[in-house]
Amino acid sequence: MAIDSETLERHGLIPAEYDKILDILGREPSITELGIFSVMWSEHCSYKSSRIHLKTLPTTGARVVQGPGENAGAVDVGDGLVAVFKIESHNHPSFIEPYQGAATGVGGIIRDIFTMGARPIALLNSLRFGPLEDARTRGILEGVVAGIGGYGNSIGIPTVGGEVAFEEGYAGNPLVNVFCLGLAKAGSLVMGQASGAGNPVYYVGAKTGRDGIHGATMASAEFDERSSEKRPAVQVGDPFMEKLLLEACLELMQTDALVGIQDMGAAGLTCSTSEMGSRGGAGIDIDVSRVPQRESGMTPYEIMLSESQERMLMVVKQGREAEVERIFEKWDLHAVPIGEVTTDGQLRVRQDGAIVAEIPNGPLADQAPLYDRPTEPPAYLATSSRLDLEALPELPATDAALRTLLGSPAVASKRWIYRQYDHMVRTNTISPAGMGAGVVRLKGTNRALAMSVDGNGRHSYLDPHLGAMLAVAEASRNVACAGALPIAATNCLNFGNPERPETMWQFARAVAGIGEACRALDVPITGGNVSLYNETDGQAIYPTPVLGVVGVIEDASRVLGRVFPGAESTVLLLGGGEGALGGSEYLKLICGQVAGSLASLSLEAERALQLLLVELAGEGLIRSAHDCSDGGLAVALAECCFDTGGVGAELMMPDAPGDALGDGRIDVSDASMLFGEAPSRVLVSVADDDFGLVRMRAEAAGVPIAGQGRTGGDRIRVSLAGRPVLDIAVAEAETAWRQGLERYFEDRAA
Amino acid sequence: MKFAVVVFPGSNCDHDAYHAVKHVLGADAEFVWHKEADLKGADVVILPGGFSYGDYLRTGAIARFSPIMAPVVAFAEAGGPVLGVCNGFQVLTEVGLLPGGLLRNRSVKFLCEQVHVRVEAIDTPFTCAATAGQVLRMPIAHGEGNYFAPPDVLDALEANRQVVFRYCDAGGEIIDAANPNGSARGIAGLCNARRNVVALMPHPERACESAVGSADGLVVLESAVAALGSDGMLRTG
Repeated sequence: MAIDSETLERHGLIPAEYDKILDILGREPSITELGIFSVMWSEHCSYKSSRIHLKTLPTTGARVVQGPGENAGAVDVGDGLVAVFKIESHNHPSFIEPYQGAATGVGGIIRDIFTMGARPIALLNSLRFGPLEDARTRGILEGVVAGIGGYGNSIGIPTVGGEVAFEEGYAGNPLVNVFCLGLAKAGSLVMGQASGAGNPVYYVGAKTGRDGIHGATMASAEFDERSSEKRPAVQVGDPFMEKLLLEACLELMQTDALVGIQDMGAAGLTCSTSEMGSRGGAGIDIDVSRVPQRESGMTPYEIMLSESQERMLMVVKQGREAEVERIFEKWDLHAVPIGEVTTDGQLRVRQDGAIVAEIPNGPLADQAPLYDRPTEPPAYLATSSRLDLEALPELPATDAALRTLLGSPAVASKRWIYRQYDHMVRTNTISPAGMGAGVVRLKGTNRALAMSVDGNGRHSYLDPHLGAMLAVAEASRNVACAGALPIAATNCLNFGNPERPETMWQFARAVAGIGEACRALDVPITGGNVSLYNETDGQAIYPTPVLGVVGVIEDASRVLGRVFPGAESTVLLLGGGEGALGGSEYLKLICGQVAGSLASLSLEAERALQLLLVELAGEGLIRSAHDCSDGGLAVALAECCFDTGGVGAELMMPDAPGDALGDGRIDVSDASMLFGEAPSRVLVSVADDDFGLVRMRAEAAGVPIAGQGRTGGDRIRVSLAGRPVLDIAVAEAETAWRQGLERYFEDRAA
Repeated sequence: MKFAVVVFPGSNCDHDAYHAVKHVLGADAEFVWHKEADLKGADVVILPGGFSYGDYLRTGAIARFSPIMAPVVAFAEAGGPVLGVCNGFQVLTEVGLLPGGLLRNRSVKFLCEQVHVRVEAIDTPFTCAATAGQVLRMPIAHGEGNYFAPPDVLDALEANRQVVFRYCDAGGEIIDAANPNGSARGIAGLCNARRNVVALMPHPERACESAVGSADGLVVLESAVAALGSDGMLRTG
């Protein structure tokens, strides 16, 4: 078959890329070979637009055991253990088929973790949807949540945390980012590489079908009204099969029969064979007629490109075949030899012995096109940065504004979602759901791990550089609020079409911001995922970098949550006082604007605050900690009072510039104090006896105390420079918060 | 005394049950793979939670045919104490050791959260260390926990005092708002007529340490120790 321009276009290849293929092969590719190149060189697999920027990220550190390049990153967490973790997106499939798209996203990230030899122990997710007023969006949310639960619950890995936000820009392109963390013994990590000529290559897991062919290519293109026609490119997950694979692979890894292993995720058999060969500097020779197939008459092209789920490729030591096969038989799985490792560096694909594709592994995996795409600041920035605070309409009473904020789905309790996830299985989850970072204890040690995923698309839209830095700071701060020292990060970069200079500018600025913040906060990036082309009908999503940060708690009995411990505690606001209304939830929800400048971030101050929190928590000097995030100080204070049985709190801020307007009305300056958003602010509660010591430590660390108060009573109160500006019953606020999300869904509230 | 924790393909609370028995309760525990032909001399058998065979066909419907189920049934029929938790409950109804069945939750959604149950009968090997009417806080995590049986079967269960746990509020009141899944008569757990086979949807093995939210479930395992005594003879039921 001749390769014409239409064929090239269907494969998402441009003429220059085709020329490169001709160059590598020294001849015209067969259609199978073209298919192989097209998926390996898709944006999804090759990172051709993003690599040049990703290279600037900090990826090393004293605790980093494995940086980017393998199936997942790994860090030393002490006690002879390493944590293996990564975040990945499944945005496009989740829009087309929410349940299966999200479920297979979970399945994919879990495979990345256990192929490294780690037992997965925790899942988190970061989700973005359009406004819930839209019935279709509600359906997508229900499907995504059910899919995440359906997979994670069944396989028995707890979903211990996450975040979700709602913005117009995600209505046609929701985001589903899934994070998984696993645990392995130090020195026992398994790599995804092929080596040792003559070693057999095994295929194990589900049979190969025609599902998901060109999934990676689909994830590398924009959406339009015909996207639902791509449904056959979404795969169907089978968590039971994956549970068997997980247990069998971990059992196999207890032996030393395995050389390397990789899951067949995006680009399936193609990606696993060429990447394993390339990493090991070896060739791989397989015969597709030996691949277990679900359908008859599949061509080599289809077999190589299928993205059927729950399949693994392994290289095992020659002579150990029977042992390997026995382990899989125990789990009712059939490990099938489909080829062997060679020395010539070629990916050789045969059908019934006859060669149908022959491509050098190195160039295929490592010499993918690399683009330094043009960048240009988007035009909207010129107007979006302008915010005339004086021109805002009259601001509502503070109690009404707080109720509105607490009752908006982005701020409201996420119980409706997390109760659908098994967050307790494995009996390691110490921090109850909805308490902040996800925290799991490490049985057999005194330690625990805290993890958080965070990002704010609206912030990144207004300022991609600062927005990305804020995402790093927030994820890291959330981990520190649990009492954990942040040690490493993973990122999921969700952006629009990189061929648009404006999008590429956002991307480049965001990556620069992530690098800067990760360096300053000492959380190297150990891996991650880039998801581009998040556009529907030419409308790009907000640029949405999502950061996952992992931290270590030395003494698991000292884990902190967001909730005040009850009456008669001292409350302190650590860090700065004022927030900015620019880009805030308040400005969007109350004033109907997405505009303005974000509050600045001092990485030095942020680092000092986080280290102080870890120190105070480790010594048992603070009883709770909760950062001021969406909705600012007032929302944070209210959230600290929820789940306490109605115990209130009062906070006094001595320094505040605003003027008293009376009648519960406030001016812009008071609104900034109460509802403005800024990083590096954390509410903690302290036993009265420890207050003096905490104040000394804060002073020594250079962390200001901007407000002070007490828990007690049944109301939430704030005063600014002696003027009462907020006074609302906990019960009233808590009701708004509890119903904010679940009111959109019909089922009976138990 | 030794607990056997049966492992079906797809079990996922097997490690939790093992941990609770071995490291919290301090008794001996051993995993028993579903393809094995005997229970390795265990004194107590636990069928753990999870998704045996992926919940395909119907929860517990395939696991009941696993080779290990014949020895489990024989052990139960000989009066041995058997505890089914969550999926274990579903398997026990499928294999016929317990009446009724577990339907989809009335919310049609999987639910994971702490609930309260009231101990309705203390003359079983898994509740004898509890007090009558004691309220236990334990998590549920299931999509199919809505207990169903025909009215005459339910009446018989009540008449024979086979209802062992009922969903209640924190104060022990049996109210519909405290029933998380729509179970008939608020039934969270029951026993067979001989009282040696007990099953419940909530997870006592997840509620054995206050560090993970509650230690109320430990009494279920402690009961088995108390019931069997040092000579391995069952004293209740």
